[in-house]
Amino acid sequence: MIFVLAALDMSLASEESFNQLKECMQSPVAKFITWGILSALGYHFVAGIKHLLMDAGIGETLEGGRVASIITLVLGGLVIVLAGVWVW
Amino acid sequence: MVTSVTNFSRSGLSDWVLQRVSAVILATYAIFIVGYLLCTPELTFGQWKELFSMTSVRIYTLLAVLALVAHAWVGLWTIATDYIKPALIRFLFNAAVIGTLFVLVVWSIEILWGL
Repeated sequence: MIFVLAALDMSLASEESFNQLKECMQSPVAKFITWGILSALGYHFVAGIKHLLMDAGIGETLEGGRVASIITLVLGGLVIVLAGVWVW
Repeated sequence: MVTSVTNFSRSGLSDWVLQRVSAVILATYAIFIVGYLLCTPELTFGQWKELFSMTSVRIYTLLAVLALVAHAWVGLWTIATDYIKPALIRFLFNAAVIGTLFVLVVWSIEILWGL
């Protein structure tokens, strides 16, 4: 979150800092950090939706829970790969 | 019985509801921002500044930050309660979480409405 807020701060402070940030985002290290943040958020997003669906009574059985967990892992992996494609 | 004097609302049920409501707010905000960035691949400073000069976007962003604070506190409080046994270390962990989240709120307000 510190990285995200720092980036938001830079992006809005001035045109100069916006371009500076854009420049900085070209570096492999910055891209890797961005990918890491997006991956964590993306996986949390997918797993959270599974959680909400289970609150609603979907996939509460043992078999259903297993299937839902596998779907969550697959979708989570997909989101992480897509995030990587987006960043690079 | 475990007394829950340090959780967010002193009631497990309200914490439960809060965690879900904040989750939905955060999910919609994430979709909004990611969707915007995907739709404008060649983002310029002018477009970005214009987006965040809208009062609705500022309020939505602040709402998302507050939802994040509530969501993070309920989640991390739960983790600390479950996994950190020594009371002092747990207290210090929770205090550090609160401190960080407070900084997050102040900084966000400054970014959104400052100067």
